[in-house]
Amino acid sequence: MESVLGRYRNLIILVGVLFLQVLGLAMQVKRNNDALQDTRLIRIWVVGAISPFERGLVWIRNSSGGLWHNYFYLRGVRAENRELKQQIEQMRLEQVRLTEDAAQAHRLQALLAFKEQYVAKTVAAQVIGSSGSDFSRIINIDKGENVGIRKDMAVITAEGIVGKVILVYPSVAQVLLISDQSSGVGALLEKSRLQGVLRGTATGEVGLEKVMSDQQVELGEKVLTSGGDQIFPKGLPVGTVSKVGSGKDLFLNIKITPAANLSRLEEVLVLLEKQERQATAEDNVRVRAADILAQRLPSVPDRPTADAKSVGAVTEAGARPASGGAGVGANTGAQATESATKPSTSGSGSSVRQPDTRKPSAQAAATQTPKVEGALTTSSKPKSPAKTQAAPEKPVTTEQKAPSKVPHPEPPASDNGPN
Amino acid sequence: MPITYTSGEQVEVYRFSIPVTVGVPLLALFIQDFLPLRFPGFAKYVDLPLLVTIFFAMARRSPIAGLFTGAFIGLAQDMLGHNPIGIYGIAKTVVGYGASSLGVKLDVENAGARFLVTVGFYIVHSAVYFTVARALVNMSQSWSWGQGIVAGLVNAFIGVFMYFVLDRFKQRT
Repeated sequence: MESVLGRYRNLIILVGVLFLQVLGLAMQVKRNNDALQDTRLIRIWVVGAISPFERGLVWIRNSSGGLWHNYFYLRGVRAENRELKQQIEQMRLEQVRLTEDAAQAHRLQALLAFKEQYVAKTVAAQVIGSSGSDFSRIINIDKGENVGIRKDMAVITAEGIVGKVILVYPSVAQVLLISDQSSGVGALLEKSRLQGVLRGTATGEVGLEKVMSDQQVELGEKVLTSGGDQIFPKGLPVGTVSKVGSGKDLFLNIKITPAANLSRLEEVLVLLEKQERQATAEDNVRVRAADILAQRLPSVPDRPTADAKSVGAVTEAGARPASGGAGVGANTGAQATESATKPSTSGSGSSVRQPDTRKPSAQAAATQTPKVEGALTTSSKPKSPAKTQAAPEKPVTTEQKAPSKVPHPEPPASDNGPN
Repeated sequence: MPITYTSGEQVEVYRFSIPVTVGVPLLALFIQDFLPLRFPGFAKYVDLPLLVTIFFAMARRSPIAGLFTGAFIGLAQDMLGHNPIGIYGIAKTVVGYGASSLGVKLDVENAGARFLVTVGFYIVHSAVYFTVARALVNMSQSWSWGQGIVAGLVNAFIGVFMYFVLDRFKQRT
């Protein structure tokens, strides 16, 4: 017996060591839900041994790179500066337009009692390492529990989502990338609003699953987070559709090119806090959707000041939402008055047809204004004194007499006003 | 003086100082962790901890020392990822045992032999990892001979240079 043990000693030890590892593996697989947390203490040894070196190397690289790029290698900086200034100008114009659109959407959400999610607090972190394996797509970041990072927090960049936090140590956290095969993110297609589940594959690609094969999905269509996973807030960019094919079980096989460059991450943002609250319209600064649209159209010549009192009787009537539902863009008596002095503003979902509202005659325009529903709104545009006075709750209807004289509306406050 | 034939009595057995025994695997893990951030394909084709395992196992020429070296390095590599701990551990234990057993019988000072041994053990390592990941952990894995051979050649190429550097840390017993 002893001779057998002695002869096969190496093999017996090998089998014993393998058996122990298989046993440990089986225990982790069995308790799959919290396997990562169960082995946290063991993992922290290696991560703790490696991460200081990674952190040091990143610091040295950044310092030397910063010195070179900030003080010596400044070639092309002037040209780039010029281009950036031009971009800023363009983006300012775009911002004005988007702000108005956002305000409009906000009012609609308030009307429908939607709950909105806000990214309330983030922390920037630097990527200092990875798993070093093609089978485990994770990154290590240089912030952890000390700054409030917790498990399952979303990690993003300016370009798009990156992943979620899976393990947190005092000064390091591990982030599971969306390209890992064990990750899953609720996502939707921007145009078609089809929802699916974003999953990584063994080869590191990202695919959108659970989209039925009878749906139309265009190449290049943007993919956003749906918020359904309770980790990522809704509407964050995920990527674009790069390939669409037929998959198994009546589902499409959709490949996504991630918006964030997952293979070259340097800095990321961790969403520390999300707030969910009911959308509310801002009551103190009201303006109608029609006004916003009117600001984008040519103005009419100045007109003598009209009787403000007569206008005040009807202006705020429309501030109360109509019982008929979404009333953005619907007219009030005030709109009727403005329609006389401002260009046609029948857009924004209004069913009201306003025949030639640019007609200079205020009276004519007022009488032409037909149905009046409630209007909602907000804006940065200052209100005329007439508007802030009498505010009858009763919505103005077509039967109500419009004022015979109207004051000339104030010029639009926004930069992209009449042009 | 390199050993050129395989008589059991004439096989040279080496040992390493503690700083080298601990530091080299740690350095390999660190580089394996860090370089994929700069070179995205690095982790797909290079496995430095595996090369270190093969080197130590072959140099020590003791199957028990080899399997424990492989087990420790593999488990440490597992701890850096998020998959269950033990997949790399099992694969590298097998490689450590195999490399040290082979080291007893073969001339492993020769660059050509080292190249072939590294290619072979890379494929063995991939096969064991693939089997364990699929059979025990139920991970979805795809096997590619093409990628395995290319990665094996890349590792062997890097390994030959790395072994040459690491040879300087060898101490005769």
